[in-house]
Amino acid sequence: MNISQLSKQERERFDFAVIGNWIPPGERVLDLGCGDGTLLRYLRETKEVTGYGVEIDHDSVLACIRNGVDVIQIDIEDGLSGFEDQSFNHVIISQALQAMHATERILTEMLRVADEAVVSFPNFAYRSNREAIAEGHMPVSEDLPYEWYETPNVRFFTIVDFEALCDKLGIEIRERLAFEETGQPVTDDPNLNGSLAFYRLGRKA
Amino acid sequence: MSLENSVGVVAPQRVHFNESMTLKCGALLPGFELVYETYGTLNASRTNAVLVCHALSGGHHVAGVYANDPKNLGWWDNLVGPGKPLDTNRFFVVGVNNLGGCYGSTGPMSVNPETGKRYGADFPMVTVEDWVLAQSRLADHLGVDQWAAVMGGSLGGMQALEWTLQYPERIRHAMVIASAPKLSAQNIAFNEVARQAILSDPEFHGGHYAERGVVPVNGLRLARMVGHITYLSDSQMGEKFGRQLRKGEHQFSYDVDFEIESYLRYQGDKFAGFFDANTYLITTKALDYFDPAFDYDGDLGAALARAKAEFFVASFSTDWRFSPSRSREIVFALMKNRRRVVYAEIDCDAGHDSFLLDDAHYHAVLQAYLENITV
Repeated sequence: MNISQLSKQERERFDFAVIGNWIPPGERVLDLGCGDGTLLRYLRETKEVTGYGVEIDHDSVLACIRNGVDVIQIDIEDGLSGFEDQSFNHVIISQALQAMHATERILTEMLRVADEAVVSFPNFAYRSNREAIAEGHMPVSEDLPYEWYETPNVRFFTIVDFEALCDKLGIEIRERLAFEETGQPVTDDPNLNGSLAFYRLGRKA
Repeated sequence: MSLENSVGVVAPQRVHFNESMTLKCGALLPGFELVYETYGTLNASRTNAVLVCHALSGGHHVAGVYANDPKNLGWWDNLVGPGKPLDTNRFFVVGVNNLGGCYGSTGPMSVNPETGKRYGADFPMVTVEDWVLAQSRLADHLGVDQWAAVMGGSLGGMQALEWTLQYPERIRHAMVIASAPKLSAQNIAFNEVARQAILSDPEFHGGHYAERGVVPVNGLRLARMVGHITYLSDSQMGEKFGRQLRKGEHQFSYDVDFEIESYLRYQGDKFAGFFDANTYLITTKALDYFDPAFDYDGDLGAALARAKAEFFVASFSTDWRFSPSRSREIVFALMKNRRRVVYAEIDCDAGHDSFLLDDAHYHAVLQAYLENITV
């Protein structure tokens, strides 16, 4: 499958399918930075999950309600104190972690409220991103689709960086998948060849 | 107002309940009357009924106008009508004046059958629980076994919440807007100031002013003025009035200098002209007493465990009377119980009163939620 030839919707479905493979049917799921709620809706329709989306943007909240998704409009940057310990099977943060400031706190909180976390993010060390920097520009790509002056992203990090942070926070990496911009799974040197990374995380025993 | 999405001319109805009702305070009410209005049509399966609960000064006149009073627009007319967010083409909408009210339902202005005189101060204190019980009798009367939704703002939202606890099987959706699971000390403090204004008015006469043909106008006026301050945001008040002077210069007197003074006096006078002081007292006490977690050691999650409805909760960014954090308390307690809930925190400059306005995003959110309610 060549992702760059897919429509936005098909591309989204690709991401959803990767995440969906890690979510057993009937689970309770919390989706942080859930956007318009289409991932939760997809998981509800394909996996019969229950749970909530969390979103701060007003238009996205409206879109969630239209999608029939139970959205909670709060700012994740303030923490997840309203959520009880271990109240979800999975907590997801799909391509939203890079747009938040409180990275460590959010990751730690995610594994407080759920048994497992699923995290996906654009890998800043991906080859074409490195090439753009080498040419003197901030990268713009399928997975980093914004110009530097309009990007909502505030944290730019790599697969290697992320794994080092997980280690520091006592987070166990249970599974990692990386994909090229074209959608091909990457096995060889994912920090160079992976544009988008997906992780299944848990607390270290 | 465009006529094509108005419910148009409406007329209040009245129902008498012969069966007595024991109130939470222990008093027995030997039968009572409720006035109400309905808009739209109850469908054959009776699954499309929505109850709209009023707040402190509202009543049963939620939408439309009266034939003999075409300027008297319902208090939530911008929300209710054909094609409006609470669409009367789909829903059968009910507005009711609560027990203890002063718009026609049995209350302090009614004649006490035991004495032949107006109840006045002898009207027992009613609670949110009592209102919901009375509303359930109205539902029975209308043939509504289960509301598609019960909704309200502020004190009206408390009634929607109470419905889910008192009659969990009779409500599918609770829409709790600009509300709180209980009043804060500050909220109670404002209510107490308002009550003291009324109670200390020389024309109050221990609550039996009506028998003397007088009204504690000054007390009501002050109560409304202090209340009104809490319904608006500082920023909106600043924007609307600022330090504008009525006569362009300082008067060095206690007459109106600043426009805000004029506005508050106007609001106070208007309110004192139609609202009943005893109803005001009773209603503020109902607000103060409302606390579903009281019997659960303050644990709202435990209190809401019996709720079965799906919830829509909304708050407004500039509402400091019932701030967003109060709504979040409800939301977190519901999530603890794994109930379905949508929570929207709406940016609106108008403080607590925002829930009455037709802010485009607010109404879009309400419309989106209501459209997903199956009937």
